Amino acid sequence: MRRTLAPSLLDLVGSTPLVELPRLSPKPSVRLYAKLEGQNPTGSLKDRVAKAMIASAEASGELEPGRRLLEPTSGNTGISLALVAKLRGYPLTCVMPASVTEERPRLLQLYGAEIVESPAEEGSNGAVRLALELAERDPGWFMPFQYANEANPRAHYEGTGAEIAADLERVDVLVAGLGTGGTLMGAGERLRESFPELVVAAAEPLPGDEVMGLRSLSDGYVPPVLDVSKLDRKLLVSNEESVAGVRLLLEREGVFGGVSSGAVVHAARRLADELDEGVVVCVLADGGWKYLSAGFWDADDVDAAMERSVWW
Amino acid sequence: MAAIRIPPTLRAEVGGVRQLEAHGETVADVLDDLVERHPALGPQLLADGELAPFVNVFVGGEDIRTLDGTETAVRNGDSLILLPAMAGGA
Repeated sequence: MRRTLAPSLLDLVGSTPLVELPRLSPKPSVRLYAKLEGQNPTGSLKDRVAKAMIASAEASGELEPGRRLLEPTSGNTGISLALVAKLRGYPLTCVMPASVTEERPRLLQLYGAEIVESPAEEGSNGAVRLALELAERDPGWFMPFQYANEANPRAHYEGTGAEIAADLERVDVLVAGLGTGGTLMGAGERLRESFPELVVAAAEPLPGDEVMGLRSLSDGYVPPVLDVSKLDRKLLVSNEESVAGVRLLLEREGVFGGVSSGAVVHAARRLADELDEGVVVCVLADGGWKYLSAGFWDADDVDAAMERSVWW
Repeated sequence: MAAIRIPPTLRAEVGGVRQLEAHGETVADVLDDLVERHPALGPQLLADGELAPFVNVFVGGEDIRTLDGTETAVRNGDSLILLPAMAGGA
């Protein structure tokens, strides 16, 4: 239960609401639910991950007081780490692609974090590569590194997944966005324990050409946290479909989600359509606030307006 | 006949085009046909005869690794998308 009086903002991480989305289900026999992760203290599900990664590094003795933190992020993890770092007394530097919406660096700076920009055209892979290089060069950094940190999926096993399992008597499909893979691995594993026939489905962004500029395919990156063999479905969602999902969520249910939430809803409706009856749960990672500055809301060509940025 | 979307990383190997066509009843057949026409793609797409680990192939918008792998059926008019494995935004 969410407490009304908390000793610290960190005690308000998790225990997010689960809400039914009856107007978005393609058929009455399939019930669609959304876990509103935007209601975490900094507005995204990454609060769970940041809190867990820092707590686990402190507990193991790996992270000493006052040590400098470094993390590659497209935004949400950085903002969550900025809150945790502030309250726990660590200076934070985030490596972020130059191609993110302006709210993210702005918020990070307001929280007091430093930002190192990675090349826009290298997308998230570029931020990961640069952060790994910086950490290699200077052992003074402590890098939680969400892409390989077991505390990331564990936060979703113990939190997100356990909360959904406690709230629902049946879950047939879990849909979440694919970033590090932490939500899908952790919440997927926990829910599969309660519902053995569960289908774990990833919604994956189709990146714009402009942010895919790897030198060769061998520069690709599969996060160590992610085990694709544990996914039952992996659906590609275009920017245009994601934004259509964001609009649908807002128009029909009044839920103001971020771009990946739109993608998750798009994938969830496709999967719900394949079922005769059942329960589909969507994890909506954040709210739409950090995307208000983006040009896609009133663009004639949504895909073209989104081509040059990393969205999630 | 399937349409195949080529990621920017591989366009130099195919003369700069964004989309190509190839024949085959499975993903393996389609990729073989593609590599036969554009041999420079071979070392990028395949490793020991298997799909290289950093290459994702989508048929009808779904990753073949959660379908039937390279044995996934390709119907006439299907679209294939080749993508590099990328760190998700997070």
